[in-house]
Amino acid sequence: MNPWPFVVGAYSVAVLLTALLVIWAFASMRRAEAAADALTRK
Amino acid sequence: MHALANPTRFLRIAKPATDWLLLIGLALAIGGMAAGLTLSSPDYLQGETVRILYIHVPSAWLGMAGWGGIAAASVSQLVWRHPLAAVAGRAIAPAGATFAAICLISGSIWGRPTWGTWWEWDGRLTSMLVLFFLYLGYIGLAGAERERGGEGRIAAIYGLVGAINLPIIHYSVLWWRTLHQGESIGLTGSTIDNSILWPLPLTMIGFTCLFGAVVLMRIRAQLAETKVEARIRRMSQ
Repeated sequence: MNPWPFVVGAYSVAVLLTALLVIWAFASMRRAEAAADALTRK
Repeated sequence: MHALANPTRFLRIAKPATDWLLLIGLALAIGGMAAGLTLSSPDYLQGETVRILYIHVPSAWLGMAGWGGIAAASVSQLVWRHPLAAVAGRAIAPAGATFAAICLISGSIWGRPTWGTWWEWDGRLTSMLVLFFLYLGYIGLAGAERERGGEGRIAAIYGLVGAINLPIIHYSVLWWRTLHQGESIGLTGSTIDNSILWPLPLTMIGFTCLFGAVVLMRIRAQLAETKVEARIRRMSQ
């Protein structure tokens, strides 16, 4: 059995889920902080 | 801990810490995974599939450490009523759930060529799956409690009760000797050869830094949302 499709598959899942988590956390933080800053400036 | 109860003081530390954790985490995780895929030696028995170790072990550690963080935040909330404890618990949960899922999926993918099966109701696998469902329950409960304006005490109690699963996961390979191998990395040493082991600290530290960055970003987002909600409430009165 060729092991590489399993290795690549496992790494792809790890990279994809970690990237989604980081991007989601970063985007929601920027959005929330921008809304708070906009309200402070008013 | 209580010195960080003031959100302004907390943000003064959290803002630069987020950037540093993100940068160091990305560099070490990418470097460690590249080294694990190309530079380290294959195992004499498992062959190339041993490379899944470099993502499976950090995700298992972070899945469990995440719930340890939730339990610590729960104690901090119930005993000292730390104002950031509930926020920290809610911030940790999505990251912990994600890494518990990565651990389960990568383990399953590793299991197919190594054990000949994608899944087995083995003690370690089952207790890790229970941890993933505990995370989902915590996310739902803490979110619902926040929406109803609660202080998060029910979620904190749930977080403490769920911590019972952590020693079960840890000792499962000793209590039920079924499919998952025993402990190969401990505090005093490892049974894995150094030619295979060396990229692991890179991915362990790298993914831990990314986990820390995500938690800080979620705390910052919640503090900003709370600020907006309070402002809107004041304006509407």
